[in-house]
Amino acid sequence: SFQTTIMAVEFDGGVVMGADSRTTTGAYIANRVTDKLTQIHDQIFCCRSGSAADTQAIADAVTYQLGFHSIELDEAPLVQTAANLFKEMCYKYREELMAGIIVAGWDKRRGGQVYTVPMGGMMVRQPFSIGGSGSSYIYGFVDSSYKSGMSKEECLQFTANALSLAMERDGSSGGVVRLAAISESGVERRVILGNQLPKFASC
Amino acid sequence: MFEISNSSWLSEEVKTGTTIMAIEFDGGVVLGSDSRVSAGEAIVNRVMNKLSPLHDKIYCALSGSAADAQAMADMVSYQLQLHSIEMGEAPRVCSAATLVRNISYKHKEELSAHLIVAGWDRRKGGQVFVTLDGMIARQPFAVGGSGSSYIYGYVDSTYRPGMTKEECLHFVTNTLTLAMGRDGSSGGVAYLVTITEKGSEEKVILGNELPAFHDE
Repeated sequence: SFQTTIMAVEFDGGVVMGADSRTTTGAYIANRVTDKLTQIHDQIFCCRSGSAADTQAIADAVTYQLGFHSIELDEAPLVQTAANLFKEMCYKYREELMAGIIVAGWDKRRGGQVYTVPMGGMMVRQPFSIGGSGSSYIYGFVDSSYKSGMSKEECLQFTANALSLAMERDGSSGGVVRLAAISESGVERRVILGNQLPKFASC
Repeated sequence: MFEISNSSWLSEEVKTGTTIMAIEFDGGVVLGSDSRVSAGEAIVNRVMNKLSPLHDKIYCALSGSAADAQAMADMVSYQLQLHSIEMGEAPRVCSAATLVRNISYKHKEELSAHLIVAGWDRRKGGQVFVTLDGMIARQPFAVGGSGSSYIYGYVDSTYRPGMTKEECLHFVTNTLTLAMGRDGSSGGVAYLVTITEKGSEEKVILGNELPAFHDE
Protein backbone atom coordinates (compact mmCIF):
# COMPACT_ATOMS: atom_id res chain seq x y z
CA SER A 1 0.00 0.00 0.00
CA PHE A 2 1.14 3.54 -0.15
CA GLN A 3 0.70 5.83 2.81
CA THR A 4 2.10 8.68 0.81
CA THR A 5 1.95 12.41 0.31
CA ILE A 6 -0.16 13.78 -2.54
CA MET A 7 -1.14 17.31 -3.49
CA ALA A 8 -2.92 19.33 -6.15
CA VAL A 9 -3.20 23.13 -6.61
CA GLU A 10 -5.41 25.18 -8.97
CA PHE A 11 -4.00 28.14 -10.86
CA ASP A 12 -5.56 30.41 -13.44
CA GLY A 13 -5.54 28.23 -16.54
CA GLY A 14 -4.92 24.79 -15.05
CA VAL A 15 -3.74 22.65 -12.17
CA VAL A 16 -0.47 21.36 -10.76
CA MET A 17 -0.41 17.90 -9.18
CA GLY A 18 2.35 16.24 -7.20
CA ALA A 19 3.13 13.02 -5.35
CA ASP A 20 6.01 11.18 -3.71
CA SER A 21 7.08 7.82 -5.13
CA ARG A 22 7.23 5.32 -2.26
CA THR A 23 5.11 2.14 -2.02
CA THR A 24 5.59 0.06 1.12
CA THR A 25 4.58 -3.39 2.31
CA GLY A 26 5.26 -3.03 6.04
CA ALA A 27 8.79 -1.70 6.40
CA TYR A 28 9.94 -2.87 2.95
CA ILE A 29 9.79 -0.33 0.14
CA ALA A 30 8.25 -2.39 -2.62
CA ASN A 31 8.61 0.35 -5.22
CA ARG A 32 10.70 3.50 -4.73
CA VAL A 33 9.82 5.08 -8.07
CA THR A 34 6.04 4.62 -8.12
CA ASP A 35 3.90 6.83 -10.30
CA LYS A 36 0.92 7.83 -8.22
CA LEU A 37 -0.34 10.38 -10.75
CA THR A 38 -2.69 8.38 -12.95
CA GLN A 39 -4.26 9.63 -16.14
CA ILE A 40 -8.04 9.24 -16.28
CA HIS A 41 -8.58 11.18 -19.48
CA ASP A 42 -6.62 13.53 -21.77
CA GLN A 43 -6.68 16.43 -19.33
CA ILE A 44 -7.88 14.79 -16.11
CA PHE A 45 -5.55 13.04 -13.67
CA CYS A 46 -5.89 11.66 -10.19
CA CYS A 47 -3.47 11.33 -7.26
CA ARG A 48 -3.84 8.05 -5.38
CA SER A 49 -3.25 7.35 -1.68
CA GLY A 50 -4.19 4.45 0.58
CA SER A 51 -4.29 0.90 -0.73
CA ALA A 52 -2.42 0.53 -4.03
CA ALA A 53 -4.70 -2.27 -5.17
CA ASP A 54 -7.93 -0.47 -4.30
CA THR A 55 -6.95 2.79 -5.93
CA GLN A 56 -5.69 1.11 -9.10
CA ALA A 57 -8.93 -0.82 -9.42
CA ILE A 58 -11.05 2.30 -8.85
CA ALA A 59 -8.98 4.36 -11.28
CA ASP A 60 -9.30 1.69 -13.97
CA ALA A 61 -13.07 1.52 -13.50
CA VAL A 62 -13.47 5.29 -13.62
CA THR A 63 -11.20 5.57 -16.68
CA TYR A 64 -13.47 3.12 -18.49
CA GLN A 65 -16.68 4.83 -17.42
CA LEU A 66 -15.39 8.30 -18.28
CA GLY A 67 -14.08 7.17 -21.68
CA PHE A 68 -17.47 5.72 -22.53
CA HIS A 69 -19.27 8.85 -21.31
CA SER A 70 -16.97 11.06 -23.36
CA ILE A 71 -17.69 9.10 -26.54
CA GLU A 72 -21.43 9.31 -25.92
CA LEU A 73 -21.25 13.04 -25.35
CA ASP A 74 -18.81 13.53 -28.24
CA GLU A 75 -16.77 16.05 -26.28
CA ALA A 76 -14.15 16.19 -23.53
CA PRO A 77 -15.55 15.23 -20.12
CA LEU A 78 -15.77 17.65 -17.21
CA VAL A 79 -13.42 17.29 -14.23
CA GLN A 80 -16.50 17.43 -12.01
CA THR A 81 -17.88 14.35 -13.79
CA ALA A 82 -14.70 12.41 -13.14
CA ALA A 83 -14.74 13.48 -9.50
CA ASN A 84 -18.36 12.38 -9.15
CA LEU A 85 -17.60 8.98 -10.64
CA PHE A 86 -14.82 8.51 -8.07
CA LYS A 87 -17.14 9.68 -5.32
CA GLU A 88 -19.94 7.27 -6.30
CA MET A 89 -17.62 4.30 -6.13
CA CYS A 90 -15.73 5.37 -3.00
CA TYR A 91 -18.96 6.08 -1.13
CA LYS A 92 -20.84 2.94 -2.22
CA TYR A 93 -18.00 0.63 -1.23
CA ARG A 94 -16.71 2.74 1.65
CA GLU A 95 -16.55 -0.18 4.11
CA GLU A 96 -14.43 -2.33 1.83
CA LEU A 97 -12.15 0.29 0.32
CA MET A 98 -9.18 2.20 1.68
CA ALA A 99 -8.71 4.98 -0.84
CA GLY A 100 -7.97 8.70 -0.58
CA ILE A 101 -8.03 10.30 -4.02
CA ILE A 102 -7.48 13.82 -5.35
CA VAL A 103 -8.97 14.41 -8.81
CA ALA A 104 -7.69 17.36 -10.83
CA GLY A 105 -7.62 18.58 -14.38
CA TRP A 106 -8.68 21.18 -16.91
CA ASP A 107 -11.92 21.51 -18.83
CA LYS A 108 -13.43 24.15 -21.09
CA ARG A 109 -16.28 25.10 -18.77
CA ARG A 110 -14.49 25.86 -15.51
CA GLY A 111 -10.76 25.78 -16.29
CA GLY A 112 -8.45 24.25 -13.70
CA GLN A 113 -10.21 22.41 -10.86
CA VAL A 114 -9.18 20.30 -7.87
CA TYR A 115 -11.65 17.95 -6.15
CA THR A 116 -10.79 15.88 -3.12
CA VAL A 117 -12.42 12.49 -2.43
CA PRO A 118 -11.00 11.36 0.94
CA MET A 119 -11.71 8.04 2.67
CA GLY A 120 -15.39 7.72 3.42
CA GLY A 121 -16.45 9.04 0.05
CA MET A 122 -17.25 12.72 0.38
CA MET A 123 -16.31 15.08 -2.44
CA VAL A 124 -15.51 18.75 -2.29
CA ARG A 125 -13.80 21.26 -4.58
CA GLN A 126 -10.86 23.14 -3.03
CA PRO A 127 -8.36 25.71 -4.33
CA PHE A 128 -5.68 23.25 -3.26
CA SER A 129 -5.74 19.89 -1.53
CA ILE A 130 -3.25 17.67 0.29
CA GLY A 131 -3.66 14.01 1.17
CA GLY A 132 -1.99 10.86 2.39
CA SER A 133 -0.19 10.14 5.66
CA GLY A 134 2.52 12.70 5.00
CA SER A 135 -0.02 15.48 4.60
CA SER A 136 -0.48 15.89 8.38
CA TYR A 137 3.00 17.37 8.66
CA ILE A 138 2.50 20.04 6.04
CA TYR A 139 -0.88 21.53 6.99
CA GLY A 140 0.88 24.38 8.78
CA PHE A 141 3.21 24.97 5.84
CA VAL A 142 0.53 25.05 3.15
CA ASP A 143 -1.83 27.15 5.30
CA SER A 144 0.87 29.77 5.74
CA SER A 145 2.36 29.70 2.23
CA TYR A 146 -0.66 29.41 -0.03
CA LYS A 147 -1.93 32.55 -1.69
CA SER A 148 -4.58 32.69 -4.37
CA GLY A 149 -3.57 33.92 -7.82
CA MET A 150 -0.25 32.05 -8.04
CA SER A 151 1.27 31.39 -11.47
CA LYS A 152 2.03 27.91 -12.81
CA GLU A 153 5.72 28.17 -11.87
CA GLU A 154 4.88 29.36 -8.35
CA CYS A 155 2.45 26.45 -7.94
CA LEU A 156 5.11 23.99 -9.08
CA GLN A 157 7.59 25.43 -6.57
CA PHE A 158 4.95 25.44 -3.79
CA THR A 159 4.08 21.78 -4.49
CA ALA A 160 7.73 20.69 -4.67
CA ASN A 161 8.52 22.44 -1.37
CA ALA A 162 5.50 21.01 0.42
CA LEU A 163 6.18 17.46 -0.77
CA SER A 164 9.88 17.68 0.18
CA LEU A 165 9.01 18.81 3.71
CA ALA A 166 6.51 15.97 4.09
CA MET A 167 8.93 13.39 2.72
CA GLU A 168 11.53 14.58 5.21
CA ARG A 169 9.25 13.86 8.19
CA ASP A 170 7.01 10.97 7.07
CA GLY A 171 8.59 7.53 6.97
CA SER A 172 5.97 6.30 4.52
CA SER A 173 6.76 8.99 1.94
CA GLY A 174 9.98 9.37 0.01
CA GLY A 175 11.88 8.76 -3.20
CA VAL A 176 11.40 11.30 -5.97
CA VAL A 177 8.80 14.01 -6.48
CA ARG A 178 6.59 13.51 -9.52
CA LEU A 179 4.83 16.61 -10.83
CA ALA A 180 2.24 17.13 -13.55
CA ALA A 181 0.97 20.47 -14.86
CA ILE A 182 -2.35 20.28 -16.76
CA SER A 183 -3.70 23.17 -18.80
CA GLU A 184 -5.58 23.86 -22.01
CA SER A 185 -2.51 23.03 -24.06
CA GLY A 186 -2.08 19.60 -22.51
CA VAL A 187 -0.09 17.80 -19.84
CA GLU A 188 3.51 18.46 -18.86
CA ARG A 189 5.18 15.92 -16.54
CA ARG A 190 8.32 16.40 -14.50
CA VAL A 191 10.40 14.43 -12.01
CA ILE A 192 12.56 15.95 -9.28
CA LEU A 193 15.22 13.46 -8.17
CA GLY A 194 16.30 13.02 -4.54
CA ASN A 195 19.44 15.14 -4.71
CA GLN A 196 17.65 17.97 -6.51
CA LEU A 197 14.90 18.38 -3.90
CA PRO A 198 14.66 21.78 -2.18
CA LYS A 199 16.65 21.89 1.05
CA PHE A 200 15.68 23.64 4.28
CA ALA A 201 17.80 25.07 7.07
CA SER A 202 16.92 22.63 9.80
CA CYS A 203 17.65 19.50 7.74
CA MET B 1 -35.75 17.08 38.50
CA PHE B 2 -33.07 17.32 35.88
CA GLU B 3 -31.56 14.14 34.60
CA ILE B 4 -27.88 14.00 33.88
CA SER B 5 -27.69 12.84 30.28
CA ASN B 6 -25.29 10.17 29.19
CA SER B 7 -22.27 12.41 28.71
CA SER B 8 -19.05 10.74 27.74
CA TRP B 9 -17.00 13.67 28.94
CA LEU B 10 -17.79 12.81 32.56
CA SER B 11 -15.91 9.56 32.21
CA GLU B 12 -13.25 10.38 29.62
CA GLU B 13 -9.70 11.08 30.70
CA VAL B 14 -8.82 14.75 30.76
CA LYS B 15 -6.05 15.45 28.26
CA THR B 16 -4.27 18.60 27.31
CA GLY B 17 -4.55 17.87 23.54
CA THR B 18 -2.28 20.71 22.81
CA THR B 19 0.35 22.41 20.81
CA ILE B 20 3.48 23.48 22.66
CA MET B 21 6.70 24.96 21.41
CA ALA B 22 10.00 26.38 22.65
CA ILE B 23 12.84 28.09 20.77
CA GLU B 24 16.29 29.39 21.74
CA PHE B 25 17.68 32.74 20.68
CA ASP B 26 20.92 34.46 21.60
CA GLY B 27 20.20 35.60 25.14
CA GLY B 28 17.16 33.51 26.07
CA VAL B 29 14.22 31.40 25.05
CA VAL B 30 10.60 31.83 23.99
CA LEU B 31 7.96 29.27 25.00
CA GLY B 32 4.44 29.10 23.61
CA SER B 33 1.31 27.04 24.09
CA ASP B 34 -2.39 26.95 23.24
CA SER B 35 -5.01 26.90 26.00
CA ARG B 36 -7.40 24.02 25.33
CA VAL B 37 -8.01 21.10 27.74
CA SER B 38 -10.35 18.43 26.42
CA ALA B 39 -12.12 15.38 27.89
CA GLY B 40 -13.29 13.41 24.88
CA GLU B 41 -15.25 15.88 22.76
CA ALA B 42 -15.85 18.45 25.45
CA ILE B 43 -13.52 21.33 26.19
CA VAL B 44 -13.27 21.43 29.96
CA ASN B 45 -10.99 24.45 30.13
CA ARG B 46 -10.50 26.89 27.26
CA VAL B 47 -8.08 29.23 28.98
CA MET B 48 -5.56 26.91 30.64
CA ASN B 49 -1.99 28.17 30.78
CA LYS B 50 0.21 25.21 29.93
CA LEU B 51 3.44 27.07 30.52
CA SER B 52 4.35 26.28 34.11
CA PRO B 53 7.24 27.88 36.00
CA LEU B 54 9.76 25.46 37.51
CA HIS B 55 11.97 28.28 38.77
CA ASP B 56 12.46 32.02 38.18
CA LYS B 57 14.07 31.56 34.79
CA ILE B 58 13.07 28.02 33.90
CA TYR B 59 9.64 27.10 32.55
CA CYS B 60 8.14 23.91 31.21
CA ALA B 61 5.42 23.38 28.62
CA LEU B 62 2.86 20.66 29.44
CA SER B 63 1.25 18.19 27.03
CA GLY B 64 -0.47 14.80 27.19
CA SER B 65 -2.49 13.80 30.24
CA ALA B 66 -3.30 16.95 32.23
CA ALA B 67 -3.03 15.24 35.61
CA ASP B 68 0.27 13.52 34.85
CA ALA B 69 1.81 16.68 33.44
CA GLN B 70 0.79 18.83 36.40
CA ALA B 71 1.98 16.20 38.88
CA MET B 72 5.37 15.99 37.17
CA ALA B 73 5.75 19.76 37.05
CA ASP B 74 4.90 20.06 40.78
CA MET B 75 7.41 17.37 41.75
CA VAL B 76 10.18 18.87 39.65
CA SER B 77 9.52 22.37 40.91
CA TYR B 78 9.87 21.13 44.50
CA GLN B 79 13.05 19.14 43.78
CA LEU B 80 14.55 22.04 41.86
CA GLN B 81 13.88 24.50 44.66
CA LEU B 82 15.60 22.20 47.15
CA HIS B 83 18.56 21.74 44.81
CA SER B 84 18.85 25.47 44.26
CA ILE B 85 18.92 26.17 48.01
CA GLU B 86 21.58 23.50 48.55
CA MET B 87 23.74 24.86 45.71
CA GLY B 88 23.24 28.45 46.81
CA GLU B 89 22.72 29.64 43.23
CA ALA B 90 20.15 29.63 40.46
CA PRO B 91 19.65 26.15 39.00
CA ARG B 92 20.77 25.21 35.52
CA VAL B 93 18.25 24.43 32.79
CA CYS B 94 19.82 21.02 32.21
CA SER B 95 19.30 20.20 35.91
CA ALA B 96 15.60 20.91 35.57
CA ALA B 97 15.42 18.86 32.38
CA THR B 98 17.29 15.98 34.03
CA LEU B 99 14.85 15.95 36.94
CA VAL B 100 11.93 15.79 34.51
CA ARG B 101 13.65 13.03 32.56
CA ASN B 102 14.30 11.00 35.72
CA ILE B 103 10.62 11.00 36.64
CA SER B 104 9.37 10.27 33.13
CA TYR B 105 11.83 7.45 32.59
CA LYS B 106 11.28 5.79 35.96
CA HIS B 107 7.49 5.88 35.56
CA LYS B 108 7.48 5.41 31.80
CA GLU B 109 4.70 2.84 31.86
CA GLU B 110 2.30 4.78 34.09
CA LEU B 111 2.74 8.33 32.91
CA SER B 112 1.63 9.74 29.60
CA ALA B 113 2.80 13.32 29.57
CA HIS B 114 5.51 15.12 27.69
CA LEU B 115 7.18 18.23 29.08
CA ILE B 116 9.42 20.58 27.10
CA VAL B 117 11.83 22.36 29.48
CA ALA B 118 13.30 25.72 28.53
CA GLY B 119 14.99 28.61 30.31
CA TRP B 120 18.04 30.76 30.81
CA ASP B 121 21.06 30.16 33.04
CA ARG B 122 24.37 31.92 33.49
CA ARG B 123 26.48 29.07 32.13
CA LYS B 124 24.94 28.41 28.73
CA GLY B 125 22.33 31.11 28.18
CA GLY B 126 19.04 30.12 26.57
CA GLN B 127 18.44 26.37 26.24
CA VAL B 128 15.57 24.11 25.14
CA PHE B 129 15.38 20.46 26.21
CA VAL B 130 12.95 17.74 25.10
CA THR B 131 12.16 14.87 27.47
CA LEU B 132 9.85 12.66 25.43
CA ASP B 133 9.44 9.06 26.60
CA GLY B 134 12.18 9.39 29.21
CA MET B 135 15.06 10.66 27.06
CA ILE B 136 16.72 14.05 27.22
CA ALA B 137 18.04 16.04 24.28
CA ARG B 138 18.92 19.68 23.73
CA GLN B 139 17.53 21.21 20.53
CA PRO B 140 17.55 24.70 18.99
CA PHE B 141 13.75 24.52 18.99
CA ALA B 142 11.14 21.92 19.88
CA VAL B 143 7.46 21.33 19.19
CA GLY B 144 5.16 18.94 21.01
CA GLY B 145 1.59 17.85 21.63
CA SER B 146 -1.04 16.55 19.25
CA GLY B 147 -1.05 19.73 17.19
CA SER B 148 2.65 19.50 16.50
CA SER B 149 2.23 16.96 13.66
CA TYR B 150 0.58 19.60 11.50
CA ILE B 151 3.36 22.14 11.81
CA TYR B 152 6.51 20.12 11.19
CA GLY B 153 6.55 21.24 7.58
CA TYR B 154 6.08 24.88 8.56
CA VAL B 155 8.79 24.94 11.24
CA ASP B 156 11.24 22.98 9.05
CA SER B 157 10.84 25.48 6.25
CA THR B 158 10.76 28.66 8.33
CA TYR B 159 13.35 28.12 11.07
CA ARG B 160 16.77 29.66 10.58
CA PRO B 161 19.53 29.76 13.17
CA GLY B 162 20.31 33.19 14.61
CA MET B 163 16.79 34.66 14.87
CA THR B 164 16.23 37.64 17.18
CA LYS B 165 13.81 37.70 20.11
CA GLU B 166 11.11 39.49 18.06
CA GLU B 167 11.49 37.06 15.17
CA CYS B 168 11.17 34.16 17.60
CA LEU B 169 7.99 35.60 19.13
CA HIS B 170 6.55 36.08 15.66
CA PHE B 171 7.57 32.54 14.63
CA VAL B 172 6.01 30.96 17.73
CA THR B 173 2.77 32.96 17.35
CA ASN B 174 2.38 31.93 13.70
CA THR B 175 3.20 28.30 14.42
CA LEU B 176 0.71 28.03 17.27
CA THR B 177 -1.98 29.70 15.18
CA LEU B 178 -1.48 27.28 12.29
CA ALA B 179 -1.60 24.28 14.60
CA MET B 180 -4.73 25.55 16.40
CA GLY B 181 -6.34 25.97 13.00
CA ARG B 182 -5.97 22.31 12.12
CA ASP B 183 -5.89 20.35 15.40
CA GLY B 184 -9.24 19.86 17.11
CA SER B 185 -7.53 19.34 20.45
CA SER B 186 -5.71 22.69 20.32
CA GLY B 187 -7.29 26.10 20.45
CA GLY B 188 -8.30 29.09 22.53
CA VAL B 189 -5.68 31.73 23.17
CA ALA B 190 -1.91 31.67 22.75
CA TYR B 191 0.27 32.01 25.83
CA LEU B 192 3.86 33.14 25.33
CA VAL B 193 6.71 33.39 27.82
CA THR B 194 10.06 35.05 27.10
CA ILE B 195 12.94 34.22 29.44
CA THR B 196 16.19 36.19 29.44
CA GLU B 197 18.86 37.22 31.92
CA LYS B 198 16.51 39.90 33.19
CA GLY B 199 13.75 37.45 34.07
CA SER B 200 10.58 36.06 32.55
CA GLU B 201 7.80 37.93 30.79
CA GLU B 202 4.37 36.39 30.17
CA LYS B 203 2.05 37.40 27.38
CA VAL B 204 -1.39 36.34 26.13
CA ILE B 205 -2.65 36.74 22.59
CA LEU B 206 -6.43 36.49 22.43
CA GLY B 207 -8.25 34.56 19.71
CA ASN B 208 -9.21 37.56 17.63
CA GLU B 209 -5.69 38.99 17.73
CA LEU B 210 -4.03 35.89 16.28
CA PRO B 211 -2.72 36.18 12.69
CA ALA B 212 -5.11 35.16 9.93
CA PHE B 213 -4.13 32.93 7.02
CA HIS B 214 -5.42 32.54 3.50
CA ASP B 215 -8.76 30.88 4.13
CA GLU B 216 -9.96 33.25 6.84
